[in-house]
Amino acid sequence: MSEVRRFLADARMVAARDLRIEFRSRVVVGQVVPFALLVLVLFGFALDADHRTLRTFASGLFWVAVLLSALLAVHRSAALEQSDGTMDALRMSGLPPAALFIGKATAVFVQLVLLEVVLLGGLLVLYGVQVVDPALLVVAGLLAGVAVAAAGTLYGALASGLGVRETLLPILLLPVLAPVLIGATRAFDDALGAVAVDGWAWTGLLAVAALIATVVGALAHGVLIED
Amino acid sequence: MAGRDERPGNTGSRGSRLLGCVALASLVVLGVLAFFLTGPDVRLHPTTGEEFGQFDAVRMLYLHVPMAVLMYASFMLCAAASVGVLVKRTPWWDVMAHSTAEVGTVLCGLVLVTGSIWGRPVWNTWWEWGDVRLMTTLVLFLLFAGYLALRRTTTDPRRQERKAAVVALVAVLDIPLVNRSVAWWENRTLHQRSTLEELKIQDLTLFTLMFGFLTFGLVVWWLTLQRFRVGWLERAAIDHAVGSAIAERRSETSADELDAAIGVTDEQAGEASP
Repeated sequence: MSEVRRFLADARMVAARDLRIEFRSRVVVGQVVPFALLVLVLFGFALDADHRTLRTFASGLFWVAVLLSALLAVHRSAALEQSDGTMDALRMSGLPPAALFIGKATAVFVQLVLLEVVLLGGLLVLYGVQVVDPALLVVAGLLAGVAVAAAGTLYGALASGLGVRETLLPILLLPVLAPVLIGATRAFDDALGAVAVDGWAWTGLLAVAALIATVVGALAHGVLIED
Repeated sequence: MAGRDERPGNTGSRGSRLLGCVALASLVVLGVLAFFLTGPDVRLHPTTGEEFGQFDAVRMLYLHVPMAVLMYASFMLCAAASVGVLVKRTPWWDVMAHSTAEVGTVLCGLVLVTGSIWGRPVWNTWWEWGDVRLMTTLVLFLLFAGYLALRRTTTDPRRQERKAAVVALVAVLDIPLVNRSVAWWENRTLHQRSTLEELKIQDLTLFTLMFGFLTFGLVVWWLTLQRFRVGWLERAAIDHAVGSAIAERRSETSADELDAAIGVTDEQAGEASP
């Protein structure tokens, strides 16, 4: 039992460290969230600011904006380990790689939830959507957030240390997140009353994706940070 | 490798040349069988007596179906080799994983293209967004395109062989989805459950399809063999470059300086030489 507790304490320490850095540097709040809102506004311009069109496609546009912004958040999370030999120090510290992974993914998850909340506000105000099923919205948003954070942290660790991280990360990560995009969009379609689908059925796909991404990430992280 | 040509940069051997010739001849025979000798798929409706079926489009399936199956095989081999990379950490597994992934990606691209050409007359569209197997196959293609992009990020493959192995193992998780999608989401696909069940295939048609599997098996074998040898030569070239750089560095330094640098004293050097 004490091992589990120690593991969780390690993970919590890493998550708190990443969040503290974010709280002091405000990169996500100051750059990633405005970027996400900017994407929403650009969609509005591109679709000719037609409220009905925007409402119909709101959930898809929301999740595309989340994924694009998540790339920046993941990139930032991976970049934290690159400066001042932080990754070498973590490797030497004896922290279990899985705890490091869970910690970093948790920090990204917290930032993604914040991003989703702000974007949802954008949907309500700019696109004029209405929430029909708040519970479904919350469950789908959280599950998709876990999947994106876990997969993002895994691929962020994978692409870090390579000279072409900025260009490689999107082409590695976005195809993996395709099922999450589909599932989350369908669930939000139902929650926002845009399309008559069974949104709860799609949360099953999101749960499986979140579970796989977390387990694979925790198992593979040791291999990735070793190289 | 026995029988391999000793000329530098040559990947051919007597066996692989023979294999290549047989594969090429089989492709020609398959082309003749698929496009000339077999008939179009025309069936009569039991009640109205109207003609229906895939007509000449069915010929594309003699290429499409074997390529899809060999694509699965290549990616599964890639997954097995990636496990080998993580467990054994030897170059053989890594070169194998890279080779099979590259051949599999080419096949995946061809499966999408031939499927699209087939879909135009049969489904009346080049691309069907609602088809779950089409989507999962496209994702598979993009996943392995990412894998190949990762492999191209450095000239020394040893630097990211374990990372590449993880990417490949995540990517193959999509294969069961591609394969089972037709059964799991029956109302979200235009793909038939199984071509063999659907078409009531017999005689020459069945033979052509089986011959297609054999032909593409040979082609994939040959391609993978060649790609493996190219990968192996790449490794050898890197090792050679590193070896000659060390030799060059050593030749710049006198023997005494070298001994001093690695901490060998004059007495030890004297004892060592008879």
